Amino acid sequence: MDFLQSLLNGLPGSVGQGLMWGIMAIGVYITYRVLDIADLTVDGSLATGGAVCVLLTVNGVNIWLAVLIAMLTGMLAGLVTGLFHTRCGIPAILAGILTQLALYSINLRIMGWGSTAGTQSTLAVSVDKFDLLVSSRYVRELALNNPILLLAALSAVVVGLLYWFFGTEIGCGIRATGANRNMARAQGINTERNAVIGLMLSNGIVALAGAFIAQYQGSSTVDMGRGAIVIGLAAVIIGEVILGNKVNNFAVKLASCLLGAIIYYVVIQVVLRLGLNTNDLKLLTALIVALFLAIPYWRDKLLKGAGAKRKSVKEETGNA
Amino acid sequence: MLELKHISKTFYPGTVNAKTALFDLNLTLNDGDFVTVIGGNGAGKSTMLNAIAGAFSVDSGSITIDGRNITKLPEYKRAAFIGRVFQDPMMGTAPTMGIEENLALAARRGKRRTLRWGIKKVEREDYRELLRTLDLGLEDRLSAKAGLLSGGQRQALTLLMAALVQPKLLLLDEHTAALDPKTAAKVLELSEQIVTENHLTTLMVTHNMRDAITHGNRLIMMSEGRIVLDISGEEKKRLTVEDLLERFSAAAGKEFTNDRVLLGA
Repeated sequence: MDFLQSLLNGLPGSVGQGLMWGIMAIGVYITYRVLDIADLTVDGSLATGGAVCVLLTVNGVNIWLAVLIAMLTGMLAGLVTGLFHTRCGIPAILAGILTQLALYSINLRIMGWGSTAGTQSTLAVSVDKFDLLVSSRYVRELALNNPILLLAALSAVVVGLLYWFFGTEIGCGIRATGANRNMARAQGINTERNAVIGLMLSNGIVALAGAFIAQYQGSSTVDMGRGAIVIGLAAVIIGEVILGNKVNNFAVKLASCLLGAIIYYVVIQVVLRLGLNTNDLKLLTALIVALFLAIPYWRDKLLKGAGAKRKSVKEETGNA
Repeated sequence: MLELKHISKTFYPGTVNAKTALFDLNLTLNDGDFVTVIGGNGAGKSTMLNAIAGAFSVDSGSITIDGRNITKLPEYKRAAFIGRVFQDPMMGTAPTMGIEENLALAARRGKRRTLRWGIKKVEREDYRELLRTLDLGLEDRLSAKAGLLSGGQRQALTLLMAALVQPKLLLLDEHTAALDPKTAAKVLELSEQIVTENHLTTLMVTHNMRDAITHGNRLIMMSEGRIVLDISGEEKKRLTVEDLLERFSAAAGKEFTNDRVLLGA
């Protein structure tokens, strides 16, 4: 009974966290699923978003403006990765790792802006002193300042805008770039530019999520993005498992990232209540993601062994 | 129309794997030429098509289309005037996108892509009509993912896409080689139809000698990165497979060898 009670108490917190990380996961979806690039920049750009937002806020900048600039900074990080990849011929995964590493130093500098040391690994922003958009303090209140309301609205806006964008001629070109670069080029699509646009968009959204996560927890830290890519992947994959392969609507697919992230945080909360230590979470997350990534591979292998009519038949029935 | 002048290309230069794929190649196509291309293993047929399409940059020489030098133009920009169908049916379409979305992408080839909606309602009807001409039942599956189509269906779709915006030049790179004979015949017939209806200047690589003879108004044979035979007009119409083999040995100074070549039907 106590267990259930405490779980229920923790539910709003999970939903709040889930929505923010769900927005982050949507950013991951754009690179991982749409562009077919595993972009590791996000671990850095999430913290960059938080750092920029908090720094500007404590220096008296309007909070919405701070969020906007945080997002633009994230896009800049994506641009760097994109140029590493397309202009310098560095494999995408390595390009992302390089930017991520560089961002660690940059984030310390951002948070240490104006301080005597020049670098700082955390920067606090109190909801008492600043007009923050979201704060974990109000997550259980039945009032308008409950962060879940704003986060839900923000999520809807993000999904809506992306649905529109990927339906446009430019957006379709980006989807084609991810689906088949050869075909895209043969149809006159500038695949390199599209990869850069996709990376910028993705990291902008991730930094946006970072800006909200920092406000929510009342500080930005240099480590806040560590393992973000894996949490994002977990949310994407959980969302896909729940959705199944029947739904083709792009907006629904994006929304499934949000649902996936919420479920992820509910599960995390359950295992924490069951006595697992917070330090064990990264191990757990990695295992969950590895498992979900392995399942389709095993399934294909098993089906291939089962008979000659293997995959085509499965695809037919699976999509009928 | 198309002019290749002194084109050379060596892959992996300066290594033990160095391979000269094109060697001082010259070719001029006239407007409306339908040229079939045959040749032995590694003769440079696909390399020539890829050089024209811009898949890689050539070491020397120039490529001109309608008087415009495109030698330095990136692949995606050349696409504005070149339509392509590849040997691998997977290569021509975006598998995770719908049939109509693939066509809509092709309809914007060579045009500026904007923030307007990627596919309009009126287009859908046009595509439905267009697909009906294929007689493959695709007109009722507009939103089905291209990845669900068979190899033959994909090649047919890719052909439509290649001609949707009239190209100055159509490149068919053994586009029926991966299909079963019956499907291959159908796709070839469709190609002929599209080329004739639109008066497209076409280069078609094939491994089937009979097809090379029966289609097009001109036939070229390649060996070791250059063109060794160029037959057109009445002379081509009278050509037989035996003639071709004989003339190849005489011109290239060796026997014709190709593991995959089909001499007959």
